[in-house]
Amino acid sequence: MSNPMLSEIRRDHIMNLLADGKRIDGRGTSDLRSITFETGLVESADGSARVKIGKTDVIAGVKIVPGTPFPDTPDSGVLTTGAELIPMAHATFESGPPGEDAIELARVVDRGIRESKMVDVSKLCVTPGEKVWMCFIDIYAYDYDGNLFDAANLAAVLALRTAVVPGEQYGLGENTPLPVTCTPISVTAAKIGNTLILDPNFDEEQISCSRLTVTTDDEGNFRAMQKGGKGSITLDELRQCLDMAVEKGREIRAIIG
Amino acid sequence: MERKNARPAREVVVPGDVLDDSGLKSGDNTYVLDGRIHASVLGVKNVFQNSVSVIPLSGRYMPTTGDTVIGVIEDIGPSNWLVNINAPYPAPLHVSEVPWKVEFGDTSRYLNLGHVVMLKILMVDESKKIQVTMNDSGLRRLEGGRIVEIPYSKVSRVIGKSGSMIQTIKNLTDCRIFVGQNGRIWVDGDGENTDVAVQAIEIIGRESQSNNLTERVKEFIGSKLPQAENDEEEE
Amino acid sequence: MSGQTDMVLVDDNGIRIDGRTADQHRPIKIEAGVLSNADGSAYVEIGKNKVLAAVYGPRECHPRHLQNPSKAIIQCKYNMEAFSVSDRKRPGPDRRSVEISKITAEALEKVVLTELYPRASIDVYIEIMQANAGTRCAGLTAASVALADAGIPMRDIIPAIAAGKADGHVLLDLNKEEDNYGEADVPMAIIPSTDEIVLLQMDGNMTREEFDRAVSMGVAACHEVYELQKDALKRRYTAKEKEDDSDE
Repeated sequence: MSNPMLSEIRRDHIMNLLADGKRIDGRGTSDLRSITFETGLVESADGSARVKIGKTDVIAGVKIVPGTPFPDTPDSGVLTTGAELIPMAHATFESGPPGEDAIELARVVDRGIRESKMVDVSKLCVTPGEKVWMCFIDIYAYDYDGNLFDAANLAAVLALRTAVVPGEQYGLGENTPLPVTCTPISVTAAKIGNTLILDPNFDEEQISCSRLTVTTDDEGNFRAMQKGGKGSITLDELRQCLDMAVEKGREIRAIIG
Repeated sequence: MERKNARPAREVVVPGDVLDDSGLKSGDNTYVLDGRIHASVLGVKNVFQNSVSVIPLSGRYMPTTGDTVIGVIEDIGPSNWLVNINAPYPAPLHVSEVPWKVEFGDTSRYLNLGHVVMLKILMVDESKKIQVTMNDSGLRRLEGGRIVEIPYSKVSRVIGKSGSMIQTIKNLTDCRIFVGQNGRIWVDGDGENTDVAVQAIEIIGRESQSNNLTERVKEFIGSKLPQAENDEEEE
Repeated sequence: MSGQTDMVLVDDNGIRIDGRTADQHRPIKIEAGVLSNADGSAYVEIGKNKVLAAVYGPRECHPRHLQNPSKAIIQCKYNMEAFSVSDRKRPGPDRRSVEISKITAEALEKVVLTELYPRASIDVYIEIMQANAGTRCAGLTAASVALADAGIPMRDIIPAIAAGKADGHVLLDLNKEEDNYGEADVPMAIIPSTDEIVLLQMDGNMTREEFDRAVSMGVAACHEVYELQKDALKRRYTAKEKEDDSDE
């Protein structure tokens, strides 16, 4: 089916339901859609995961290759995250180099992983100043029904957790699991009118004025945030988002084990 | 629709499949190559009298003259609107085809982005250029209620034989319902009744292949709105 | 075609490194209707190739200047994902993927009834999740299933497969090693109802006799792929019907 402009009738229906704390797909305001995932599905990658949150479907693959360290961090590995909103995923996505939405998505995912120190880059040094492991995370959306942030974060994190440093392929020792220290989980809320909802679907995103993505670590500490959208959030709403990010982060960690 | 014992086996065919080489006439969604009739679309093979056709199982709505459709305004010009009707092309609605007198440049005062309208397809020319109108009885802007979207190929099942299915849903749920040939259906009624009518239509959209669909739909509505069933029995 | 190796690609008994005989294709798995937003979609595995295809349309043609007043145009984007190959591929189109996109769209153009949708565009997206020689054929095979799944009128479904030559033997459906160290590669696609060729490329070195054999092997295998494509589409829609029937 095509995705025409959201009709006034559908918009009003979503708003009317929300006034009673209900959502069009039957969820409560802070319920997440079902999360399913598969890891290790791409053998050519050093780590991979495909995640579905409702109908949103995202794949992340990790490639780990030897390279030169940055001059200011001569004994640290390098982490890079890219994302593409390919036109396969939605009628409104266009082909071409990543636009600002894709770049923002990649950077927010990257921030959660980097700031939580999920990947221990100090263990990715082969020869200080000369050779380190470079870890590329590439994310593609296959089906877009809202909340790409949490789906992309989860796919990237699961791909990293199952990634292997391919020492043998490059004559640099044995294959070893990528050194991973924690599991950063993002939880995204959207604000429609004056109501906060978690895990917005496509139609809800269309009428939301602002969104907040909050990434927590295993301890429930905050590691990355991103407010998006042209609207605002109140301080009280911010506190609600933080509480929910911690609580739902725990739920999601339980799902992925 | 025929009863189930009289029902011929439904055969799913894909493009290229040979449908007949015994002299049937080639009907919709078929083509002839070397005297044999092939399917040109994924669907169900349908032999009626002495012609064979394919009823599509998926695909996009193509406007036909005379169809009533439900559209969403997606762009506005000084003397026309562009309406998304779920077809490959948006339909231009000219100010001369609406029931109001609209001054040049004043279009958005009457219909704005996201507004929902019931239209009639006036004409489709050879290059598939479409003309639509709101100047006919029953055509109007739709406000309130709900819109259900189903594959356009399932619309005939929602309507049912001489409108029997849609009448059943209307009676049992007490909703007002307009069916667009393009797969968009507008439903309006009391809160819970609307939900049930919407779900009933979604069931038809999903399971339109079932033969005793009317019974299933009655049963479904009855289970959700016990009161409704009683009402009908009393009638 | 350029690499050198001491590896024996075909042994004395005519058996290949993955255990196949010369005229066997790798295991093939096809599923139709695997995505929800796209109008049609398909997933194809041929050996270690994993490919997704999605179709949107017929829809308004963008950019507008590409519109054809008498028929729809088919626009194809073939994309190799960064992690699909052993060395990470830099994201974005390169000359190779632009060429493959072009010949794939042209192959499909021959069977799609584009004249039914003047000025429209039918957009085909092929994503290579994992590549192991033969992705263009897997991509085209998936794309034609996705087109049929989208309900797009077409004369036939197009199967594609490669034949080639390694260790002096004409072989069907080269794997990565045979492709890297072999002597020739001939990807092809046909219209099964007429055996017309809609995609053909060749690189390497073959005699006339070898090439003839490669083509006849490829055509025969295309018919096998075709049966799997039809089966995938019928499974998708018959499964649904069965569920419905059980309600009666």
